[in-house]
Amino acid sequence: MSLIDVRGVWKRYSGKTVLENVRLKADEHEFVTIVGASGCGKTTFLRMLLGEVEPCQGVIEIGGKRLVPEPRADRGVVFQRYSVFPHLTVLGNVLLGLEFAESRLLGRTFGRRRTRNVERAEAMLDRVGLLTSATSYPSELSGGMQQRLALAQTLITEPSILLLDEPFGALDPGIRADMHDLVRELHRELGLTVFMITHDISEGFSLGSRLLVFDKPRLDPHEPDLYGATITFDLPVRESPDVESVVDDLNVKNGVRT
Amino acid sequence: MRVLNRRPGNVGAVASAAMPFVLALVVYVVASGARLAENPDDKLLPSLVTIGDAIERLAFTPDRRTGDYVLWTDTAASLKRLLIGVGIAAVVGLAVGVPNGLLPWFGGFWSPWVRAMSMIPPLAILPILFIVFGIGELAKVMLIVLGTAPFLMRDIEQRVRELPREQLVKAQTLDGTTWQIAVRVVLPQVLPRLVDGVRLSLGGAWLFLIAAEAIASTDGLGYRIFLVRRYLSMDVILPYVAWITLLAFLLDYALRRLNRRCFPWYGA
Repeated sequence: MSLIDVRGVWKRYSGKTVLENVRLKADEHEFVTIVGASGCGKTTFLRMLLGEVEPCQGVIEIGGKRLVPEPRADRGVVFQRYSVFPHLTVLGNVLLGLEFAESRLLGRTFGRRRTRNVERAEAMLDRVGLLTSATSYPSELSGGMQQRLALAQTLITEPSILLLDEPFGALDPGIRADMHDLVRELHRELGLTVFMITHDISEGFSLGSRLLVFDKPRLDPHEPDLYGATITFDLPVRESPDVESVVDDLNVKNGVRT
Repeated sequence: MRVLNRRPGNVGAVASAAMPFVLALVVYVVASGARLAENPDDKLLPSLVTIGDAIERLAFTPDRRTGDYVLWTDTAASLKRLLIGVGIAAVVGLAVGVPNGLLPWFGGFWSPWVRAMSMIPPLAILPILFIVFGIGELAKVMLIVLGTAPFLMRDIEQRVRELPREQLVKAQTLDGTTWQIAVRVVLPQVLPRLVDGVRLSLGGAWLFLIAAEAIASTDGLGYRIFLVRRYLSMDVILPYVAWITLLAFLLDYALRRLNRRCFPWYGA
């Protein structure tokens, strides 16, 4: 059975169809990258998996259970921005998930329990290379370090699914390559199922094990909002023999200038 | 070089900031001197010596009837009313503003009511407060509360709504409950904004305090000013106004320092 099963999902906002008839099955440990033009419903789809947006029609099942339309701890998320809490230090940001779980009333732990949580949080910070910045506030970190922190903060609660909404879109190319390595390693080490939206098709090919392209299969030129987008390509990526030509083909189809 | 690129140096900055104060003092002394030369009994612009005598009498000489030092008892009475009133308003502002901004059902119920009630001019209901709460301390404190709390409630509600959606989603994926998210994510981020809100509403709070003291009181800075107005005692009114201004400035400064000390991440 698939971990994630999306069946015939539609989303309309007041006369505007964003997504139509999206179908998808994804297994555990898959690394699914999602590309597509701006405004074609990629983010709406991710927000549905997150539980933040409810489909108008259709069913989303995770682990055989129907998705409750509310963000839950089994699905971690990293956004392009605002993923970390500015009022907490780097360590405080990572501790938060552990403290939520242990202290229902205050959301804080003290004494020996705190020491144990700090140890776990520091191990996670060490893993993403932020241990030396543990006492800094997020505003003192660079963009890449903030995204590392966002990953550490999410992964400390051990979600099985990781949702990434253009997490590296605002980073410099060199730092982006480092982040790719980190995400690839974390995916392998922790056995995560990853969904990642990206603008960068080559990033989609190099990082994922499977690539989804969102596009509008039908377009009424007089009423562009009439039809929504859906998954138009679903490509296994691993050891694709001729990645370059597929990228070029997709770029042409999506009107991306190379 | 363009004028917009010219900057004063360190000494120049201090000198230019002090200049208007010095100028105002000089203008006062000259005008006062001119009036007193024409009529030595003029009360409108008393000389600095007369003002100094009044300060000496009010601040450093015990009152002949009560044995109190008038300026300090007035200051204590006024500050107590002001701080209690603003303190209650701040707590109420948080207690209403945070759920109004965070919980759709709560805000849907209370938010329009708060918006409507905040339009009532507080001074217009001052008579009602005197009727309901009597002319004691309670009515004066209530005027300050009613005058400043609606602004703080609406301000905090707005600040909560301005928190990025991503933060609240993220906190939910970390399995935070509504209460935990309110206590650990929303409240700490709103507190420095509350302090800023209180700084802005202090001007109004002083207004309501002095209005209430002018109408029904037996002590306080506002009471004293309105009392000596009958004798045209500008030598008392002017230093009292300067003293109130200084107190207001110091309160504002203290709150600004508090924000910087307690919330180093704020405004970064």
